[in-house]
Amino acid sequence: MRQHPWLFLFPALLIMSISAFVPMMTVVNYSLHNIFAGSSPEFVGLENYAAVLSDADFRGALVRQLFFTVTILLIEIPLGVLLAHAIPHRGSGMALSLVLLGIPLLIPFNVVGIVWRLFAQSDIGVIPSLAALAGYDYNVSLHAVDAWLTLVALDVWHWTPLAALLAFSGLQAIPPAYYQAAAIDGASTWSTFRHVTLPRLRPVLTIGVLLRFMDSFTIYSEPLTLTGGGPGNTTTFLSFLIARKASSYELGYAGAASIIYLYIVIVLSYVFFQLLSGKQGATAR
Amino acid sequence: MADWFTHHLGWMYWTWQSALFFGAIMASIAVLTVLDLRQPSVPRKGWLPIPTTRGDRLFLAIMSAIGLHLLWLGLAGAAWVAGASVLSAFLAVAIFWKG
Repeated sequence: MRQHPWLFLFPALLIMSISAFVPMMTVVNYSLHNIFAGSSPEFVGLENYAAVLSDADFRGALVRQLFFTVTILLIEIPLGVLLAHAIPHRGSGMALSLVLLGIPLLIPFNVVGIVWRLFAQSDIGVIPSLAALAGYDYNVSLHAVDAWLTLVALDVWHWTPLAALLAFSGLQAIPPAYYQAAAIDGASTWSTFRHVTLPRLRPVLTIGVLLRFMDSFTIYSEPLTLTGGGPGNTTTFLSFLIARKASSYELGYAGAASIIYLYIVIVLSYVFFQLLSGKQGATAR
Repeated sequence: MADWFTHHLGWMYWTWQSALFFGAIMASIAVLTVLDLRQPSVPRKGWLPIPTTRGDRLFLAIMSAIGLHLLWLGLAGAAWVAGASVLSAFLAVAIFWKG
């Protein structure tokens, strides 16, 4: 009887093995070979890894990826908490707010990219028209700063609602007695937020930060449809670089870069998880 | 058997090195599963900054071994990469023994 959980887990583990482990093993095997179209694969050991790690394009894409992720985390999580505070806590206002916040989350990544591409299009877009009114020459195809700002704005618009909904669910779960006790003690608004709200939000914010970290660190469709990785290489992130290498049939390089990419995601997720949830047990009691 | 393997899994470009790598990881997970079923692991605090179970220590040993190899490859290239393997083995022992 005690072994029943394993039986229930077995189908999920089987599907996971086929859909995750087999492709990962294949990518590891590819990364150990030089594979070019029309020639038989040549085993090269870890040379592809050394080539990737010394490649300026890979390092540049990694720095851009990290910068993008840090930027959107610093914006989306605090903004989500702020929005969650602004949502009415009962009545039709709450329902309407939750529905409106949920709309961006329902739109597929590539559609979001295309919609923002139309917003940013230099001849017909609304953003260049508004920028021109302010005397600014906005061009997402030519100016790296414009491309970056638009990409960050796109991501903030698309994913801040997730942080807001998670924070809202966390806020709803805080018993009013905590706030009553803080009010009796004469705690200021900031003190109440810092010592009551924030510690109680830690579990949901941990999930929010992890989800947004992993998602933003693997962003692909939005830069592809919005900027195509340009101008130049300024919005070429790791996923984009790897896809480009794979499509040019440099499968060994793409495989090694993918494994390094996966390693960075796993390590940073683990570090984030340990940092954010480390004192969770203590604060939740 | 070899023919079947080549025919059905040839597209995965298996090498004995990668088979050994994945085999070792699978075997480690299997051993830890059996150990945990027989005697559940209790988190303990050693020189690592967090309390760890056996599974945590295996994860950290594998991740640090991969990290050391990547660092070695990035700094010194593919030559003498066995040095990173030796360092990883020492680190894994330290993690499991006193981590």
